[in-house]
Amino acid sequence: MSLLLDYVNQQLNPTVQHPSFRAGDTVTVHYKIKEGDKERIQQYQGIVIMRQNHPATASFTVRKISNAVGVERIFPVNSPFIEKIEVNKHGIVRRAKLFYLRERTGKSARIREKIIKNTKA
Amino acid sequence: MSGIIGKKVGMTGFFGANGKYIPCTIIEAGPCVVTQVKTKEKDGYEALQLSFDEKKEKHTSAAMKGHFQKASTTPKRKAVEFRHFEESKNIGDVITVELFAEGDFVEISGTSKGKGFQGVVKRHGFSGVGHANKSHGQHDRERAPGSLGASSDPSRVFPGMRMAGRMGGDKVKIQNIEVVKVMPEKNILLIKGSVAGAKGSYVVIEK
Repeated sequence: MSLLLDYVNQQLNPTVQHPSFRAGDTVTVHYKIKEGDKERIQQYQGIVIMRQNHPATASFTVRKISNAVGVERIFPVNSPFIEKIEVNKHGIVRRAKLFYLRERTGKSARIREKIIKNTKA
Repeated sequence: MSGIIGKKVGMTGFFGANGKYIPCTIIEAGPCVVTQVKTKEKDGYEALQLSFDEKKEKHTSAAMKGHFQKASTTPKRKAVEFRHFEESKNIGDVITVELFAEGDFVEISGTSKGKGFQGVVKRHGFSGVGHANKSHGQHDRERAPGSLGASSDPSRVFPGMRMAGRMGGDKVKIQNIEVVKVMPEKNILLIKGSVAGAKGSYVVIEK
């Protein structure tokens, strides 16, 4: 990519500090919602099924099952409406895009959890 | 109209103050050098010739070298004439992106990407017939233009009938397009939305 393009992207999109997560992880996104002039925070929890990394349009897709209906929501990483992202679980997956989860329900739609040992404790 | 020559770098975007995503085109604009001042007495009309983008001396003809030497500058790739420039400039003056400010509305013209020989559906927006299922009795004519006109009266096709042909590669001007940001340290203009042309192609920005 061109150096000038990189420069502009750095100027425009200050790196938002979110914890690192990848496809297969379970996250809770705290999303600001405006109702009239009031603002409240909605939590959306689910499995990250993909990340799309382009400097200007980086986004991630979170899938969850809501009332037995699969729901997918795409969040731009740099969105000012994201209050914070909580990583609840790290999953063990073998690919970057988990579209196969769309055809699965129940037990087969589970993802094994990666236990990360806390080295400090 | 004051103006400047630029080069398309690419597109990007960012979230604006109200949380809305603003797509923008990055244009490397200027610095442009005034290489000729045309006057009514000498040339019959008034105009400023600006030149932009460095060029190697070995790729420059002797005639052009002399032309740039008159403005005491290095050889440039692109020269464009601007008529009715708002300020009076002298030969050798440099024009930078600081000509523009955030929130200005400008006109940008560029050469659109060539699409080659295209049919009427893509070139003129004819609707075509049906979908992949070839509905309404179509066998292999889903994208045909249909009738070109009436029969023995007038016995000819009217001029200007829209047909298949070369598409793209035209000069396209977009008016009233907003300048989102000016970055004078890198000679960059950010324009809201898209601009005709490929990456690396020249565009003319006028205010």
